[in-house]
Amino acid sequence: MSFKEVGSFGETDLTLKRKLGTLNWAVVLLVGLLGAIGCAMLFSAAGGRWDPWASRQAIRLSVGAAMMITIALIDLRFVMRWAYTAYFGALALLIGVEIMGEVGMGAQRWIDLKVVKLQPSEVMKIALVLGLARYFHGLTYEDTGRFTLLIPPILMVFVPMALVLRQPDLGTAAILGMIGAAILFLAGVRMWKFMIVGVAGLAMLPIAWSFLRDYQKARVMTFINPENDPLGAGYHILQSKIALGSGGVFGKGFMNGSQAHLNFLPEKQTDFIFTMLAEEFGMAGALGLLALFFMVMAYGIYVSLQCRNQFGRLVAYGITVNLFLYLFINVAMVTGVIPVVGVPLPLISYGGTAMLTVLMGIGLVLCSDIHRELKISRRGPEEE
Amino acid sequence: MVMKSDRDQESQRAFTRRALLLGAGKMGLASILVGRLYYLQVMEQERYRTLSDDNRINVKLLAPPRGVILDRFGRELATNRQNYRVVIVREQAKDLRVALNRLADIIDISERDIARVLKESKRRRAFVPLTVRDNLHWDEVSRIHVNIPDLPGVDIDVGLSRNYPYSTDGAHVLGYVSEVSESELTDDPLLQLPGFRIGKNGVEKVYDEALRGSAGRSHVEVNALGRVIGQIERHEGQTGKRLDLTIDIELQKYAIERFGEETGSAIVMDVHTGEIMTLASTPAYDPNAFVRGLTPKEWHDLISNERGPLTNKAATGVYPPGSTFKMVTALAALDAGVISEEQTVYCPGHYELGTGLFHCWKKHGHGAVNMREALEQSCDVYFYEIAKRVGIDRITAMANKMGLGLPTGVELPSEKRGLAPTTSWKLATKGEKWVTGETLISGIGQGFMLATPMQLAVMTSRIANGGVNVSPTLVRSLDQAEIEEATPPKSLGISQRHIDIVQQGMMDVVHGRNGTARRMKLANDVLMAGKTGTAQVKRITMAERRAGIREQKDLPWKHRHHALFVCFAPADQPRYAISVVVEHGGSGSKAAAPIARDIMEETLRRDPATSSGPVARSTHPETSEEG
Repeated sequence: MSFKEVGSFGETDLTLKRKLGTLNWAVVLLVGLLGAIGCAMLFSAAGGRWDPWASRQAIRLSVGAAMMITIALIDLRFVMRWAYTAYFGALALLIGVEIMGEVGMGAQRWIDLKVVKLQPSEVMKIALVLGLARYFHGLTYEDTGRFTLLIPPILMVFVPMALVLRQPDLGTAAILGMIGAAILFLAGVRMWKFMIVGVAGLAMLPIAWSFLRDYQKARVMTFINPENDPLGAGYHILQSKIALGSGGVFGKGFMNGSQAHLNFLPEKQTDFIFTMLAEEFGMAGALGLLALFFMVMAYGIYVSLQCRNQFGRLVAYGITVNLFLYLFINVAMVTGVIPVVGVPLPLISYGGTAMLTVLMGIGLVLCSDIHRELKISRRGPEEE
Repeated sequence: MVMKSDRDQESQRAFTRRALLLGAGKMGLASILVGRLYYLQVMEQERYRTLSDDNRINVKLLAPPRGVILDRFGRELATNRQNYRVVIVREQAKDLRVALNRLADIIDISERDIARVLKESKRRRAFVPLTVRDNLHWDEVSRIHVNIPDLPGVDIDVGLSRNYPYSTDGAHVLGYVSEVSESELTDDPLLQLPGFRIGKNGVEKVYDEALRGSAGRSHVEVNALGRVIGQIERHEGQTGKRLDLTIDIELQKYAIERFGEETGSAIVMDVHTGEIMTLASTPAYDPNAFVRGLTPKEWHDLISNERGPLTNKAATGVYPPGSTFKMVTALAALDAGVISEEQTVYCPGHYELGTGLFHCWKKHGHGAVNMREALEQSCDVYFYEIAKRVGIDRITAMANKMGLGLPTGVELPSEKRGLAPTTSWKLATKGEKWVTGETLISGIGQGFMLATPMQLAVMTSRIANGGVNVSPTLVRSLDQAEIEEATPPKSLGISQRHIDIVQQGMMDVVHGRNGTARRMKLANDVLMAGKTGTAQVKRITMAERRAGIREQKDLPWKHRHHALFVCFAPADQPRYAISVVVEHGGSGSKAAAPIARDIMEETLRRDPATSSGPVARSTHPETSEEG
């Protein structure tokens, strides 16, 4: 019986020195580059000033990057041991906003922890990945075919979704649902079950519509025909499309985006920062940024395929799905492919929680990479 | 252990399969984004670039300075004056009412202005300057400047506004500019500018497009709220063209002053070129008042004034030409050969036609008179006779040749064409046949016959220049380029001999022993030829006669006769023609002739060609006949 088949690296854990050697520094640099682009865009959004956004974003980036590397260096088994705790902790925070949440932007989304305004729904995205990965780590492929064993993970997805919908935050709820679906799919839940859920979901749409708040309905209607009301609800999408289109192939140049700088573009430092980048750097800049993100995601998929334990695989892929959904929803929203749902562009948009949770997530991917040769028994690390 | 490993592998294989499937799905979604970006940023690029420029670039029109109008000696008749306005910006003033009250302590601001500014401030964005008052006096401007540190948000703004330095003296020639009305809007974007003014009367109206110039454009960058961020580019407009008039404003001013309290008009015209050196119509209005805007009271006073200050009497006032028309009748008769120069007509003081009796102005008659004598003494009976012989249609044909009954084409709006009747005209408009009695009174310029003072000046010029169809003009050059006449003046085809006879008769009016204007000789023995005219407005009724009213001055002003006089000088070398109409002035010889004589003297005195000394006829005897 060879050394590896024992189910661990050996009697002792990996040394810190070895971990630092195995850490994928190229990805760390890539993430740093994306963060730097974000700071540059915030610098431009403020009209060539570090205040009020770029300087604070740079500090958050540094803190977040340190946190990312720290998480990468934690033993994956330790992460796995605390996965449920993290999940239920995030769930408690979500219930917390229901009780003491501050009303911001017409929706209860933040808990004011004095130091940082925490968005539990963002934390939940990571926690859900951890919780589901932990659950499916303990199931065999046959187990995933058994309906009773699917009830707990479905509940794990639906409870936080319902809480986030109550806030109400349609975008994040959809992301949570899609992350859950992706992990269930990867874990081996049968295809036909997804089809049934899909058909049932479509049938539910009219009922769901009646549950939407007025502003959410307005967003959907606006999306269908934004030119109908160019100064009202359709203003954001229209101005965003004007900014994108007028940017052309090579853009108007750094700090020369007239749409953004003359305040035609709304929320240019948060949700619409991609528009501003595409206005100033054109399609070349926009595709360049997307390429950088896809490199990070390709790395995540690569790690999940290489990983030898189910937990690491599901975490790495789950985080990648999360990152993809952020990116896709944000870009699709500002380009007018989908309705405006208020999802930031990870690492680029101004905002604390999103930046920290995305960096934590990438930290987990890096961690899975470091521990890719680790084999963990089905019953979990507690057994060992 | 093997079981577990198999299961692990099974699970891993399923994962790998599904991971790749999901990855492919992501790629599919990502390609939607790339396609969308390509669509927006490459295919629709032009459209969105235009929309973006529309968003940020606001085109502001700049009003060009209006072309100046000068008189024949380069004196400024219409200029652009800097108009100082005091403006206030709400966001800088903070409390608008307090700021306005403080401003009112420094300069005169009415409660109405304050109320207007406060009302307007509610409709405008906070950074838009609001005009508090314009046409500031220079000392008001300096008082505001001194106090600017205590007046946040207050500023002085300079604009251009039209100014007429000669006020009422130029009014009827120049007209005025005023705000554009709805019906005057054309596709010229300038007309849309708030506060833009266009010519409404006089040459300001006729030459409006040339004087107006073309709009400049300022491209400014604005933000989503419309606040101006900066100027991108600026195209100055084309200044309006300079207009040089034939008017001698000082002569015109003299003419208007000469009228004094009288109402009427006078025209001084160059008999060879048709240049109008004076076009006086009095009373007049102040065109500057129209530029700044009339108060309702000022407007009411103008339109209710019975002397018609708004009417340009020279071109739009029509009067029966009276005896000033007799030259036309004479020329028509000579031309038709119905009378010769020496042939006489006996005047017993009246003329019988069937049962009708037509009076001569001289109750006891002139006796036997030939044409020169008939003109000299303005014998009505002589002209009744020759009018009857020649007939109305030939009289009117000659009147048309002399410029009566047709528009003269002078560069003024709404010129009247007067009326020279014909038999067919009467049949067409009245449905009645022409009667001979009407020919008689038409022959002495009464009845249907109507003419403007401008037409009378043209008629006099055409007699004076030997029968050349000169046309009146007010404009020497536009944009310093001579105006080419469409058709150069040419002879009317009237016999020079006939013209000479009429000229002689007109000279006798002034210089003859019995001339109706024999007291109107010019200084320095310059010969003048003229003709008086008195146009009846209302017959003195028998009732009035019994009430003791026998003379014109006893009648109410409105009922008195119009007094006319036409003349040209020097008679032996004609240069200037003048026509004068004094509305309800009484008689031509007493009211109109003295004014015309004085204007003629002033004209000759000012003539640059005769400045070394008026042209005098050396062969003429030193002493002329006193009458």
